[in-house]
Amino acid sequence: MLSPPLPSDHSTDQVAVDLVARVSRAVGIQPNLSVGPSSPWRRPADRAPGAELLEGARTLLGLPEPAMLAQLRAWPRGLALRLFGAMARLRAFDERAVILQRQGRIGTYPTFYGEEAVQAASVLALRSQDWLFPTYRQTAAVTLRGCPPVVPLLMWRGHPGGWHDVMKYRVAPVCVPVATNLPHAVGAAWGAKLRGQELVALGYGGDGSTSAGDFHEACNLAAVMRAPVIFLITNNQWAISTPLSKQTRIPRLADKAAAYGMPGIRVDAFDVFACYQTVFEAAAKARQGEGPVLIEAIGYRLGPHGTADEPSLYRSPESDRLWESMEPLRRTRAALVAAGLASEQELDQVQADLAEELRDAGDALDGYAPVTIEEIAGTVHLDTPWSLMPDRLREPSWADRGGGE
Amino acid sequence: MTVATDLNMVEAINRGLGQILEEDQDSLLLGEDIGANGGVFRASAGLQERFGEERVIDTPLSEAGFVGAAMGMCLVGLHPIVEIQFDAFVYPAFEQLVSQAARFRWRTRGAYGLPLVIRLPYGGGTKAPELHSDSPETLFSHVPGLRVVIPSDALSAGELLLAAISYGDPVVFMEPKRMYRRGRQSVPDRFEAGDLDHAVVLRPGSDLTVIAYGAMIEVVQAAAEQLQVEGVSTRVLDLRSIYPLDLESILVAAEETGRILVVHEAPRHCGVGAEIAALLQEEAADVLLAPTLRVTGMDLPFPLSQNEDDALPSVERVLAAAHTMLEY
Repeated sequence: MLSPPLPSDHSTDQVAVDLVARVSRAVGIQPNLSVGPSSPWRRPADRAPGAELLEGARTLLGLPEPAMLAQLRAWPRGLALRLFGAMARLRAFDERAVILQRQGRIGTYPTFYGEEAVQAASVLALRSQDWLFPTYRQTAAVTLRGCPPVVPLLMWRGHPGGWHDVMKYRVAPVCVPVATNLPHAVGAAWGAKLRGQELVALGYGGDGSTSAGDFHEACNLAAVMRAPVIFLITNNQWAISTPLSKQTRIPRLADKAAAYGMPGIRVDAFDVFACYQTVFEAAAKARQGEGPVLIEAIGYRLGPHGTADEPSLYRSPESDRLWESMEPLRRTRAALVAAGLASEQELDQVQADLAEELRDAGDALDGYAPVTIEEIAGTVHLDTPWSLMPDRLREPSWADRGGGE
Repeated sequence: MTVATDLNMVEAINRGLGQILEEDQDSLLLGEDIGANGGVFRASAGLQERFGEERVIDTPLSEAGFVGAAMGMCLVGLHPIVEIQFDAFVYPAFEQLVSQAARFRWRTRGAYGLPLVIRLPYGGGTKAPELHSDSPETLFSHVPGLRVVIPSDALSAGELLLAAISYGDPVVFMEPKRMYRRGRQSVPDRFEAGDLDHAVVLRPGSDLTVIAYGAMIEVVQAAAEQLQVEGVSTRVLDLRSIYPLDLESILVAAEETGRILVVHEAPRHCGVGAEIAALLQEEAADVLLAPTLRVTGMDLPFPLSQNEDDALPSVERVLAAAHTMLEY
């Protein structure tokens, strides 16, 4: 039995580390800095609320340790490290964004702490021509397609430079009203199929989104049209303060797929390898013309809904603590090291480099001059209407026009 | 060679849709019952037969779903034309249009648009059941990022439809269904794309301008005829574009006729008439000979059929308003 490795500090900048720890505590996030529990890749504590949801979900890291290590050692090392790197990139973004929010350099920010595994896996399991349809919880996903991280940071600073190049990255604009992005994913996938293009679309949602009408319409339409679309529903058990039990009477969201005539697959959201395999397989099926797939990635929202949220008002810190053992970056690190796929030092270096890159991205924010409202007014329509012309944006002045005498 | 044929409005739309499907291989039609059934108004009659089930597509009953899907189709290079079966059935898709389609170009900093047309048969005067007679143009014209276009006859329907699909941003194309089978008009074999930016003077006049669009043009033209008998020269300005408004044509009319009356069947509150009256206050108060009046639908749920004529602007109401203004 291998003894679990001890994750170490991932930043070379002790000031930043301390700041992350402090602000993370302030918003209820446990930063990835402390020593993990004894078996970080196993299961959440039985007492963790919702732990039973993981029963029967696909997992690699949750397997008994010898089986887990044997399976993981069969993975191509390059892929395993790329997955880790993508997760680390997302984590570095998230930590930096929280710091920037606390410094007042960006506005309210929806942290995705704990979703790094499912998000990184979903992007890497697809091809560059495939389309992604993110919500506000996946704002950094586009950075895994090559977009500089300053772009999504600008979004949270309220700067129009935060709108990334949709066609270049094949990532739709970040969608705020959850579930309304899902019909777009269906249309892209279905349209591509009609045009004979071999591509897959993936729409992100959460447990709350499955209660919205657009979820139903998207699933039904996709199934009827056999659109090559993946609905990736991350069940983190909380929609702001609304628990899963008040969202649905169905304990397993994946079961909803049956009502549409498509497969529903359950996977451990904290397991980057299982998520990768699941999305990869769903995409392969979709590409082969077998239609849509609903993936329920089961996890727990380890952080608050966002920087303005105070989870202690509606759930116990004890619950957060019990789930913290599943924190995916530490879990992945521990497994990679135990399987001999990477050393602590290598992984430290990856995280340190990314932390520095994100610190630079945060500093770059200040270099973006505000955009004038006149410039913005010219971006709404193909042909800018007269009322959006610079001299018409504000109230008319009779004096300027020679009238009113 | 252009061969003119006499078509009614719905036949002209059918011809326009066929022309688009033929000329633009990336275009397709989406909607409920538009395939074998040809649409409840037969606007797409025969088109599925001609172009196949992958170009003329029957959808499930899910306006939000298929309007949203049409946006996704645009991202992969398609030019979808979506039929909403009746005016009020667009409300489930309102969020997709307002929160999503309208904002796409803005969200790409002006770089990309969605070449999407939403065809929306609208309006009263057909003695239809509840929620089959609404005039929701104001709702859409209030949303930054959408264009709202309303033809008034067969020729403008065909020409503006072609312009809408080749425009490049979402267009809410509202068809006054009361005019679908109201007489025939000579239209060319193939439509040229019409002018999305300008209102059209349908009737010249110098004493009064009546601004209207859609099915109200017929009412206004009848009133103008009557006024002519009375010796009043009435200009009829067909807006065609509800957003943006053709400010210049409105101001020229104010300058040249001094009196502007606005007629629409949509409710009065915050309607197109209110916007035009406000623009005239801001831009032309000093040339007006009389305050602007509005003849509009009422701020009511569109009445059930027995009372719809009470709510719809009539020739009599237009004449009464015109007389009030002329006597001011």
